[in-house]
Amino acid sequence: MSKLPADRSESVFSDFKPAYSSNQARVEANRCLYCHDAPCITACPTGIDIPTFIRKIATDNVRGSARTIFDSNILGMSCARVCPVEVLCVGDCVYNHMGVPPIQIGKLQRYATDAAFEAGWAFYEAGADSGKSVGIVGGGPAALACAHRLRQDGHAVTIYDKRNHIGGLNATGVAPYKMPADRAMDEVDKVLAIGGIEVQTGVEVGADVSFAELEDRHDALFLAFGLGPDSRLAVQGAELAGVEGAVDFIERFKTGIEDLSEVSRAIVVGGGNTALDVVRELRVLGVEQVTMAYRGTEARMSGYAHEWAAAKVEGVVAAWQTQPIGFEGSDGKVTGVRCVRLDANKKPIDGSEHVLPADRVYLAIGQSKLGALVDGLDGVETEWGCVKVGAGQATGRPGVYAGGDCANGGKEVVNAVAEGRDAAIAIHAYLSAQA
Amino acid sequence: MPDLTSNTAGIISPNPFWLASAPPANSGEQVMRAFDAGWGGAVWKTLGQPIQNVSSRFGAIRWKGAAGVGFNNIELITDRPLDVNFREIAEVKKRYPKHAVIVSLMVESKEEWREMIMRSEDAGADGLELNFGCPHGMCERGMGSAVGQEPTVNERITSWVKEYANVPVLVKLTPNVGDIVPHGLAAQAGGADGVSLINTIKSIIGVDIDNFTPQPVVGGRSTNGGYCGAAVRPIALHMCAALARDPRFNVPISGIGGITNWRDAVEFLLLGSSSVQVCTEVMLKGYRIVEDMNEGLNQYMKDKGFDTLDQMVGKAIPAYTEWGELDLNFEIVAKIDSQSCIGCQACLVACHDGAHQCIHPSPTAAELTPESRVPIVDESECVGCNLCQIVCPVEGCITMEQVDNGFGKASWNDHLVRGAQLRPKKGAH
Repeated sequence: MSKLPADRSESVFSDFKPAYSSNQARVEANRCLYCHDAPCITACPTGIDIPTFIRKIATDNVRGSARTIFDSNILGMSCARVCPVEVLCVGDCVYNHMGVPPIQIGKLQRYATDAAFEAGWAFYEAGADSGKSVGIVGGGPAALACAHRLRQDGHAVTIYDKRNHIGGLNATGVAPYKMPADRAMDEVDKVLAIGGIEVQTGVEVGADVSFAELEDRHDALFLAFGLGPDSRLAVQGAELAGVEGAVDFIERFKTGIEDLSEVSRAIVVGGGNTALDVVRELRVLGVEQVTMAYRGTEARMSGYAHEWAAAKVEGVVAAWQTQPIGFEGSDGKVTGVRCVRLDANKKPIDGSEHVLPADRVYLAIGQSKLGALVDGLDGVETEWGCVKVGAGQATGRPGVYAGGDCANGGKEVVNAVAEGRDAAIAIHAYLSAQA
Repeated sequence: MPDLTSNTAGIISPNPFWLASAPPANSGEQVMRAFDAGWGGAVWKTLGQPIQNVSSRFGAIRWKGAAGVGFNNIELITDRPLDVNFREIAEVKKRYPKHAVIVSLMVESKEEWREMIMRSEDAGADGLELNFGCPHGMCERGMGSAVGQEPTVNERITSWVKEYANVPVLVKLTPNVGDIVPHGLAAQAGGADGVSLINTIKSIIGVDIDNFTPQPVVGGRSTNGGYCGAAVRPIALHMCAALARDPRFNVPISGIGGITNWRDAVEFLLLGSSSVQVCTEVMLKGYRIVEDMNEGLNQYMKDKGFDTLDQMVGKAIPAYTEWGELDLNFEIVAKIDSQSCIGCQACLVACHDGAHQCIHPSPTAAELTPESRVPIVDESECVGCNLCQIVCPVEGCITMEQVDNGFGKASWNDHLVRGAQLRPKKGAH
């Protein structure tokens, strides 16, 4: 997928948060109070030394700024774009307590990391060959962060991914007004540039190769196989054409061309951040009426309030406390969603059944968990379909570690990066103790 | 309504705000626009034998995204024909009779001084300012700061001028000396009616680190220039006050150096300036800044009950003393207002790394709320240095409050002379 079609559907999107010019970056960087033991650092799952990288922008040491970011977060370029900074670093900026706009940390991080990409600055070299080898199952952010860190310590790394490319949801699932797929692929190349990371695509662990075989090949394993397909609703009409999974849809229009010319009324089921992404994306892709149907209230929605605010600006409407109970169709195609309204206790309200007309429905109610994949691995436990991990991302089986969505159930890219990096540190300690 | 009329050695202007002798006062057209904007006077760009300037001429310090907190120039005196300058001065005086036009002069021989004074007075000048301060270019030709740095030469040339001049004469002093006082006294001894200070400070504003050339760059080379702008204000304030408090010095002062707004101007007035001169801020922002300066000064005078400028000129001088006279038993400590603290801990790191290690993190700092991160001041160790208050981004959050320690006033001199008891030292661990 390194050669993505230039006219793919996501190309119509522009940046929701445009890049800073150098003047804008310098002015913003100079506002930073350079806090001691800064709350923004604590709020960052990867613990980037934010005041330091911002000060380096202010002093025109942009190269050093980028290095400071990548030292903690090798995917700092994409995190700058996709992190929900409003609830992480920016949300904890002390300026919030002063009634002053908080520092735009994400935009500053993008400024420094983009500069590193444009200039081709390379900061890291592989360590001296340790003679050890680590197999990584999955090729998303957790895997990349883990692989890069392991290479710094000289361990050989092989990434196995069932798709024909790596990058994970960072490439196929990020809202294009935050980051287009090709930018994520640039980042994959940047990570791989450290050298010595073997990438085996089209290999499904558990089907094409067993975990036992991987354990024979490698001295340690890192499981980062993410989540499975979109969850479906087991209701009448679920098989109708036009009832689709949201994550699947996002991947299609980000990597190819998705024809929505026949769609004028779309309903997105769900109230999480994927639902909020899809409703905005549908509006920009030209769908006239986009409705988000969610079982709960606006206050209970798991999607971020700032994302919902932006969706409303795009003209999205919501049907709160609305539960789909079936799909209406004609000629095998969906024509509407049969719903009931729920009361405050999430109980259906008598006589509230109604049909919301729709010529396309996207289900954004979560993705299935793949924990069953590791059922045969003694000592590796799962909980609610997620791989259980302890300190250093270790599973209960010596030499087997896990991180990213398959372990945390589906969090942010920055959480996956932190877990991949931390797993690598633990794996390095484990392998060093063996030697 | 306070009266802002300024009288500096007999030079009367409707307010104390004058353009300093510099590019903003280079031509009649500019000076008239400045008067329209509200400036009370202008010291004309120095007249002498017209020179040839270089390009480039200016450099600036950039600080936190803003250019010009410090500024430097290598421009010389007027490059325009003297006839044109004098004709324009006459025109300005004709159209603006109530505004002060002071002509800055810099020539070499006594005969040249005589001729320039006569032509200035013929054009209607309200006063003369002798440029004994320019620290670049002209001093290499024996003028400017070359004169100002030699008290005997300063006094001699001032006395030549006073032989011919009928209007008040101000001598503009250079700060490029160890002690300003003998130079002010020399001007006074030569008969000067007043002094203006400071001229610019000899400086290199920066270096082009890619091409290994000081700035501003002129064809691959550079030279030292004159430093000015807000950054020089503390130096200028000190020199103004040093003269104003000297009992031997008793002529008026026109204050110059880093004045950017009404508040800066008030500081100069309180330290003994009868008028103030502004250049850099006008170069950066234009003549229109004077509207705020007039309004701000007017309101300040109202608030403080001053009816005339005379009532405030030098008002802060009695409180300026030697270190040896300061009360060593006066004690203040820092208090942090937990309501307005935002938890940035800037005070904490400043105290730990840059002061006396008496501000400590709250034990609950890891909770990340502003309330949980209010640092703790160990008042038994706090030396009352002000550093925490200086670095605090929240106005009014840190206050320095007086402690009654039971010790009476005792300066170092009191201690030496009569053995006055000093309180125990703090923070000397």
